[in-house]
Amino acid sequence: MKERHWLRALALIAVLAMVGAACSEDTPTGGDNGTTEDPLGTVTLGEGEPITVAVIQSISGDTASLGTDQVRAVEIAVADRGGELLGHPIELQTEDDGCEASAGTTAAQRVVSDTQIVGVIGTSCSGAAVPAMEIFSPAGFTMISGSNTSPILTQAAGEEGIAHQDGYFRTAHNDQIQGAAAATFAFDELGVAKAATVHDGDPYTQGLADAFAKSFQELGGEITLGTAVTPGDTDMRPVLTEIAASGAELVFFPIFQPEADYIVQQAGEVEGLGDTAILMGADGLLSDTFVEDIPETEGMYFSGPATPNNLRYRDFVAKYETEYGEKPIQAFHAHSYDAMNILLDAIEAVAVEDGGTLTIGRGALRDEIAGTSEYEGLTGTLTCDEFGDCADPVIEVVQNTEAQESITDVKENVLFEYRA
Amino acid sequence: MAETIARKARRLTTIDIFLWVVRIAAVVFILIGSVNSLTSGRLSAQQWRDLLVFGVAQGSVYALIALGYTMVYGVLRFINFAHGEVFMVGGMIGYVVSTPLSRTSLWTDQTILAMIIVLLAAVMASTSVAVLLERVAYRPLRGAPRLVPFITAIGASFFLQYAIAGLFGTGFKNYPAFPGLSGVFEFAGFRVLKTQAVVIGMALVAMGALYLFIERTRAGRAIRAVSEDQETARLMGINVDRTISTVFAVGGAMAGVAGVAYGIVFGQIYFLSGFVPGIKAFTAAVLGGIGNIGGAFVGGMTLGGVESIGPSLVLTGLGIPSSNQLKDVFAFITLVLVLIFRPTGILGERLSEERV
Repeated sequence: MKERHWLRALALIAVLAMVGAACSEDTPTGGDNGTTEDPLGTVTLGEGEPITVAVIQSISGDTASLGTDQVRAVEIAVADRGGELLGHPIELQTEDDGCEASAGTTAAQRVVSDTQIVGVIGTSCSGAAVPAMEIFSPAGFTMISGSNTSPILTQAAGEEGIAHQDGYFRTAHNDQIQGAAAATFAFDELGVAKAATVHDGDPYTQGLADAFAKSFQELGGEITLGTAVTPGDTDMRPVLTEIAASGAELVFFPIFQPEADYIVQQAGEVEGLGDTAILMGADGLLSDTFVEDIPETEGMYFSGPATPNNLRYRDFVAKYETEYGEKPIQAFHAHSYDAMNILLDAIEAVAVEDGGTLTIGRGALRDEIAGTSEYEGLTGTLTCDEFGDCADPVIEVVQNTEAQESITDVKENVLFEYRA
Repeated sequence: MAETIARKARRLTTIDIFLWVVRIAAVVFILIGSVNSLTSGRLSAQQWRDLLVFGVAQGSVYALIALGYTMVYGVLRFINFAHGEVFMVGGMIGYVVSTPLSRTSLWTDQTILAMIIVLLAAVMASTSVAVLLERVAYRPLRGAPRLVPFITAIGASFFLQYAIAGLFGTGFKNYPAFPGLSGVFEFAGFRVLKTQAVVIGMALVAMGALYLFIERTRAGRAIRAVSEDQETARLMGINVDRTISTVFAVGGAMAGVAGVAYGIVFGQIYFLSGFVPGIKAFTAAVLGGIGNIGGAFVGGMTLGGVESIGPSLVLTGLGIPSSNQLKDVFAFITLVLVLIFRPTGILGERLSEERV
């Protein structure tokens, strides 16, 4: 009997301890040491300790070129500063965002648990940014993305986006503008009156498809069918049959690989679409693995951010080619380069040096980046607005024709330019 | 008469009533949706027929994979969850062999021979993997509680996925185009793509061969005996171990054919290609009646057809937008409904039941 009481008491203590641990208030993981002036916490780096920047990009799977391209750009930005800032070496911690919410959550959790990380460049995909910012924002972290474009992360039609969080910034365009650009091109330049849109449920694809639909209808066109596929689908023939039946002259499918591969390959087999419908994709497909490896993409149009045309960009491309043996493989490297430089400049501005110790206030860092105004980057003159959109957006529509052999050629084959 | 009805009514539980409501609601919704879609003229008759053909082609792939699940279940009462990966291995090896082959003149001159070589390679690979799986992962666990081989199967599934990823990389592999397979057949008003015709043909031939094997050969008889009663079969002098290996081998061979068929129809394969088709094929096997070979065929075709036509026919007719996004939802709801209407699956009986 005595053992019973003893065991029960032990069990009760264990349960109470666990409840106590679970119910304790979350201490801000902003690396505070209790004596900070910054309400969001600070990062304190001793002499010689590295300034660590997390880079959360899509570096595996079908969207690997999107992320790898940007990781390389960030590395070039670090190298341009000689690998160090304020006497401390710059270190990069790369994580994979998997271009979707669950992998993005895991990456964000890994980053937020390391209190020495000063800032984040990422994510590649809007779908990963939504849960990542829910983790980063309350923890005081700041994230600048070079390729998120979904309107819900900042603003849509002047209203705050549903996934907008403090501490989020981006140097890439808001898809409201890309939707308008693609719609204007389709309606005015191609003379298309009926279009169909296809998204895959992801915030980026859905945001862009909706933006296109809205602008297209405002111009006077008709959206004959707005439909969707699921990532992982391989048989696109039923949905293509529906699109053909709706009488669309153009199909706008701003999705990712491999679903886009199947659509392009199977469109030729569906009666009513094969030779008559125009296929149009967006910046998620502006990669070498889509344009160069899939022959059926010939003739397709793509909307995407304009490739910069200044001397600094050409220097950047030369450095990229020397370091990695190939030209840039996707469309957002310049944006991530600008993002990293904005972050590093902001760190330089707010860091307080005391002997060999560096103190960086997280709140001060956020405010500094939010105040970015008339910053001359590779992608243009950047000014951050109240919602975190910093880009100087120029959208181009390019086409992949027989003459184009590589993704670089395709990006240079500009048919239309659109500014906000 | 009134008495029997009254007696039966008293025996009805709440669950019975609920199930009847579900059955009636399902029928009503399906009818409303279908009638709406068919009368609205949104899709032409030709397009409906096209959708049917897509469904049958997809269903053939599911049916081939489902055969492996159903045979193993019939003999061992065990669901081999690694079977989807056996299918993927077949498809991968088919890719590995067809790519260099496509650069030779054999490809264009003797297309049929080239296709046979690709099929043979894929089948050999998938059969070996299936037999190895049985030997290494399942045989040592015969007699263990049901859950243990189940978990082993999941582990084997991951192992195969990442072994292939390690050997061949994680990227998508594109099948080279088979010459002479572009273009369309017109057949009794149905437009069938040549690739789809080949896939359906392969499936029918494979299943016909399997039927003959099970019904007409000694090994087939041994399989039927072991699935009915393992102990008695052993007492009758049947080598149970060898029979079980044969079952895995045959299932693996079917999956290999399915892998090549998948590569022909969809053009791409990668290390995770086996996951979703594996689940869908298992669903198809259950749908048709697990343990029943005819059931695998019927289940596969039904699932393929339902996935292809279902959203356009029923969901759009009910006014649900973007119905194709709900393709998988529709397929699994069909599974639930079929099991509510007919709990043993469409064809019901198991492999082992003898018709006296």
